[in-house]
Amino acid sequence: MTRMKSIGAAFAAVLLSSVAAHAGDVRIMWYSDGGEGEVIKDLLARFSKANPDVNVILDEVSYDVVKEQLPVQLEAGKGPDIARVTNLKAQAQHWLDLRPLLADAKYWDENFGAQADWMRPDGSNAITGFMTQLTLTGGFVNKTLFEQAGVEIPGPKATWDDWAAAAKKVADSQKVFAMAIDRSGHRVSGPNISYGANYIAADGKPAPIDQGAKEFLSRFVKWNEDGTVNKDVWVSAAGSTYRAAAEDFINGGLAYYYSGSWQVSGFAQKIGDSFDWIMAGSPCGTVACSGMQGGAGLVAVKYTKNPKDVAKVMDYLASADVQKEFAERSLFIPAHKGVAAGQVDFKTDNPHVKAALKAFVESAGQTAPAAMKLPGWKWSDAYYSAIVARISQVIAGEMKLDDAYARIDEDIKAKVGGN
Amino acid sequence: MAEKTVSSEPAAKAGLQQALLAPVRLAMGIVDIPMRAWQKLTGVNGMAGVFLAPNMLIFSIFVLLPLVINFIYSTTSGGAIFLPNRTYVGAEQYRILFDCRSYLDPSTCAADTFWAAVRNTAVFVVFQVSAMLVAALATALILNRELSNRGFWRAVFFFPVLLSPVVVGLIWKWILQRQGLLNYALSPFGFEPFSWLSDRFWAFFFAVFVSVWAHMGFYALILLAGLQAIPRDLYEAAAMDKASPTRIFRRITLPLLMPNLIVVLVLALIRAVQIFDEVFVLTGGGPGTSTMYITQFIYETGFASSLRNPGLASAASILMGIVLVILTLIQLAASSRNEKKGKRQ
Repeated sequence: MTRMKSIGAAFAAVLLSSVAAHAGDVRIMWYSDGGEGEVIKDLLARFSKANPDVNVILDEVSYDVVKEQLPVQLEAGKGPDIARVTNLKAQAQHWLDLRPLLADAKYWDENFGAQADWMRPDGSNAITGFMTQLTLTGGFVNKTLFEQAGVEIPGPKATWDDWAAAAKKVADSQKVFAMAIDRSGHRVSGPNISYGANYIAADGKPAPIDQGAKEFLSRFVKWNEDGTVNKDVWVSAAGSTYRAAAEDFINGGLAYYYSGSWQVSGFAQKIGDSFDWIMAGSPCGTVACSGMQGGAGLVAVKYTKNPKDVAKVMDYLASADVQKEFAERSLFIPAHKGVAAGQVDFKTDNPHVKAALKAFVESAGQTAPAAMKLPGWKWSDAYYSAIVARISQVIAGEMKLDDAYARIDEDIKAKVGGN
Repeated sequence: MAEKTVSSEPAAKAGLQQALLAPVRLAMGIVDIPMRAWQKLTGVNGMAGVFLAPNMLIFSIFVLLPLVINFIYSTTSGGAIFLPNRTYVGAEQYRILFDCRSYLDPSTCAADTFWAAVRNTAVFVVFQVSAMLVAALATALILNRELSNRGFWRAVFFFPVLLSPVVVGLIWKWILQRQGLLNYALSPFGFEPFSWLSDRFWAFFFAVFVSVWAHMGFYALILLAGLQAIPRDLYEAAAMDKASPTRIFRRITLPLLMPNLIVVLVLALIRAVQIFDEVFVLTGGGPGTSTMYITQFIYETGFASSLRNPGLASAASILMGIVLVILTLIQLAASSRNEKKGKRQ
């Protein structure tokens, strides 16, 4: 009988310990552009040491997983407890309102309030998460290639045409590609807006593609056709799959690369002193010289079983000290108002990195109002997807540009109609 | 003394066997009681149902039920995944798929990408299956000869079959990309670096080539087994009659290999219609949509794109399922025809 009791007690202990282990699980789906994965791991390790009752599990995944698999999980009412995402507004119905669970909601409103609307359902005052960094799109220049080719780097008010012409000269001289733009609708939207594009109709729904967007997209297609732009990037996939051209730039095969501030950390690690590079803001169109704002937000998922623990982790990660350290070590532009207002001492000896981050902060002031609205607009991702899928078909020679414009409008209309 | 030892060993073994089997027999005896009662109630034929039940249950859960759910999805619209959140629209998704002015010109269709994928798949199937048959047959014929290190060569041709399709796609992507091995190998001959996978013709060519390379070993093995089953005396008789190698191939090898060839043809057809993984990794469906096949269309439309439409993807997968069922029926008909032919001979 004693033996039976012992077995029973052991069984109960195992059962209780397993329940206790699961009670405080907080699973984070995280992707990295550069070295920020290592930074967040360090920060979470410190949290775990101070809070042994909360078991934080960091699942590091590729960006494609966040873009393609997370939405399906969320639609099915599943998913991680916290996720790092860029498509914030369109999925806002899946985010948890942390406001009643946070230690000091006022602190969040003050420091993350400017972008809070990007990640909550329209008309709500929920606190669903915070931006891990603010990003801005912009152009990176391989300064060494320009110097070797004897081509002058265009000035701050240079147009897209000026940049294309200069980069083409470098490419012809140095046997590299002149330009590349990531296969992303977000990336071509800054240039579109610079030529006067406006995606948002008066009723808040998507407007038909306008002359402003056509101005840049027609140029972009022409540059792909004449070899100014590396065609491989946009034709190397069907549909709206994301493709970056960062590797080409890192390998010294590109004179000019239009991407964004999130690449800085990766460039710092991978380019080293192989060549000199600078960030040259966003080229001008006929209306503005605008890049696209954005960034990745860390949001709580409402299907979590441990909302209190999730709020505890989020409170920790959103604290000023952690935010400052995260920005300084990951070389990201901080979204935390207090941190951004203070002295951010980026942890790098690389002069290119410091200069690039400074240039991004300066060019943020040139962001057009239309570009500032898109991160908090529900249909932005649908618009981006349609542009990428159809313009790729034009570049591949499958479709005429006018047909592509008509298809973009139809695709978006179908998406809006189905939701 | 020695004889005694020899005779006692089997007896000991038998004793041990009996001891080990005793609990099994006991269990069988216990199961036997309800089985006999059930057999009495349903007859011998009813017992078949009892033995089939576990398989049917698994089949229903993992095949039939998803099929039914998929069909239900195809009658709904919207971006939501959870079925209760979706709107019933009847046959609307099928109407969208078939809304075409000309089925030969995908650009005239409402679901232009779907018809581009259908056209691409049809062209891919024709070229890939033909190439597969020729390559597998040629390989099997060569491997059936008296080669030195024949086992090694058989392993070489079968090796790609063991690789994951994703690995196959990645290997060939590294070879074919602009800074890849092929351009490097061609550069000494004065060739400029070329983006093989950004050109419509070459992307299609390599999609066919890579899928043939990856799967040919499997089909060659089936044909090799068929070749080895052909009686040697037929060849000896043909040699005595001084028949030419071409005549021997046409009159002996090909007819006797026909059952295997039909199996290979239908299996290759079914697999080609379902092509996805290695081509998706290799070309991503590009350039444009030129190597996007039906399975990728279903994946993109249902899951990957921000413009996702699970209802449309389900309707497309139902249509693809119908094509696969037709191909399977052809295979079954061909197999039973061959069986009957074999029996008559």
